[in-house]
Amino acid sequence: MISFKLPSLGADMTEGTLLTWHVKPGDNVKRGQVVAVVDTSKAAIDVEIWQDGVVHELLVAPGEKVPVGTVLATLREPGDADATVAEVPAKTSASTVDPAPVAIAPAAAPAEPAVAAASDRQQAMRQAIAAAMSRSKREIPHYYLTETIPMQVATTWLLQRNGALPITERILPAALLLKAVAVALKRTPELNGLYLDGQFQPGAAVHAGVAISLRGGGLVAPAILEVQSKPLPQLMRELSDLVKRARAGSLRSSEMSDATITITNLGDQGVESVLGVIYPPQVALVGFGSILVRPWVLDGVVSAQPVVRATLAADHRVSDGHRGALFLAELRDLLQQPQLLAAAFTPTDSQKGDKA
Amino acid sequence: MTTDRATLAASVMALLRAIAPEVEPDGLDFGRPLRSQVDLDSMDWLNFLVSLHERLGVTIPEADYARLVSFNDVLDYVLGSTGKGA
Repeated sequence: MISFKLPSLGADMTEGTLLTWHVKPGDNVKRGQVVAVVDTSKAAIDVEIWQDGVVHELLVAPGEKVPVGTVLATLREPGDADATVAEVPAKTSASTVDPAPVAIAPAAAPAEPAVAAASDRQQAMRQAIAAAMSRSKREIPHYYLTETIPMQVATTWLLQRNGALPITERILPAALLLKAVAVALKRTPELNGLYLDGQFQPGAAVHAGVAISLRGGGLVAPAILEVQSKPLPQLMRELSDLVKRARAGSLRSSEMSDATITITNLGDQGVESVLGVIYPPQVALVGFGSILVRPWVLDGVVSAQPVVRATLAADHRVSDGHRGALFLAELRDLLQQPQLLAAAFTPTDSQKGDKA
Repeated sequence: MTTDRATLAASVMALLRAIAPEVEPDGLDFGRPLRSQVDLDSMDWLNFLVSLHERLGVTIPEADYARLVSFNDVLDYVLGSTGKGA
C-alpha cells in the first residue's frame, strides 16, 4: 500500500485544506496526474501524484484542514494489492526542504467552498511574502550587480522571426531573456540551486521560478522546469500558459516547489531595473527592467539603441561578485547571438544534424 | 452598421474580460489607451490578441500592434480586416 501525503508546496506552508478530489477509490492514477486540489490559504494548488497506482481509500474529506505530511489517501501498486506501506509523497522536492522557503501568494480565489475570503487571502499572502522575505534578508548575505545589455540585435531578430509567423507562434522578449539566463547559468552553476542545512546543493537542471504578479495584488513564482533544455517556442508556450494559470489560480504542486532560481521581469511596468530579494532556499535572483531606447556608445559613436538593465542578487555564502559578474557578462554575450540561443541545448534539434 | 459595431464591441469586451475580469465595461473609455486603463502586461496583451485571432479570425501582424491603442482602435481594426474578408 502506498501512502499519498500532503506535500509542502514550497512556501512556508504548514497545513492545507483539501478542496476537491479528482479521483475516487478504484481509479487508476498515473505518475504526474493531478489527483486533488489543495488550498494553502495562499493559493489553490493542483496536487500531482508521483507514482502509478490504484486509489484504495480517500482519508481526508473536502473541506478538511490538515498538517503537511498527513496521509490524504492510500493507493495500491498498479499490479496488485496489499504490499507493505511505502512512503510516496506527491511529487515535490520541497518535502525535504527547510520549511520556510518561497513566498508564494494566493492566486485569485477560485469559486470553491472552503476557500478563504479574498481579503483574508490578501492578508495571508502579505504575511507569507513578508515572512519569507524577512527570513531572506536575515539569513542571506546578498550582493547586487547591474549590467546594461544592448538589445538591438535581439529585438531585431525577434521582429524578423515573429514577422513571418502567426500570432500564436510569436515570441516575446521575456521568453528569450528566460532562455538566456538558463544557458548563461551553465558557466556559473553556483547561482543555480538550493542552500540547505548549511550547504549549497547545485541544481541538476535550471528550474526557473518566474515571478508573476496577480490581478488584485500579490505575486506567485511558479517554476518552468528544465529551461536550459527546452526550445524557445516551447518556453514561450509554457510561459504564456503559466501566466494564465497563475492568474486563474490553477498551479501544480511540482511548479510550486521545484524552482532553483527566480527571474523577475518588471519591464511591463516601465521601470529601468529591479534589485530583487532572493527566495530562500534559492541562492540567486535575476531581474530585468524595461527594454528602453537609450543613448549607446559603440566605437566612439553615440546612437539610440534598445537596452535592458539586467541585475543579479546573489548569496555571498555560495558565490561572490566576481562569479556574479561572469554570469552577467555571459548573459550579455548570449543576447548578442539570439539565433544561437534559439538553437542552443535543444536535444531533438541537435540530434537532427546540428553540431552539438 | 452601428449594431454591427455594438455587437462586435460586446464580443471584444468579453474577450478582454476573460483576461482582465475586473474590467467594468461602463468604466472603460473607448477612446483612451487601453493598456493604461487596464493593467495588461505584454503577456496579457498577446493573449488578448491571440483570442481576437482565434475567436474573430482577425490576423494581426506584429507590425500593426502599434495601431491598436484604444478600444476603438481595436474595433476599427477588426471591422477593417473582416470587411476586407481577410
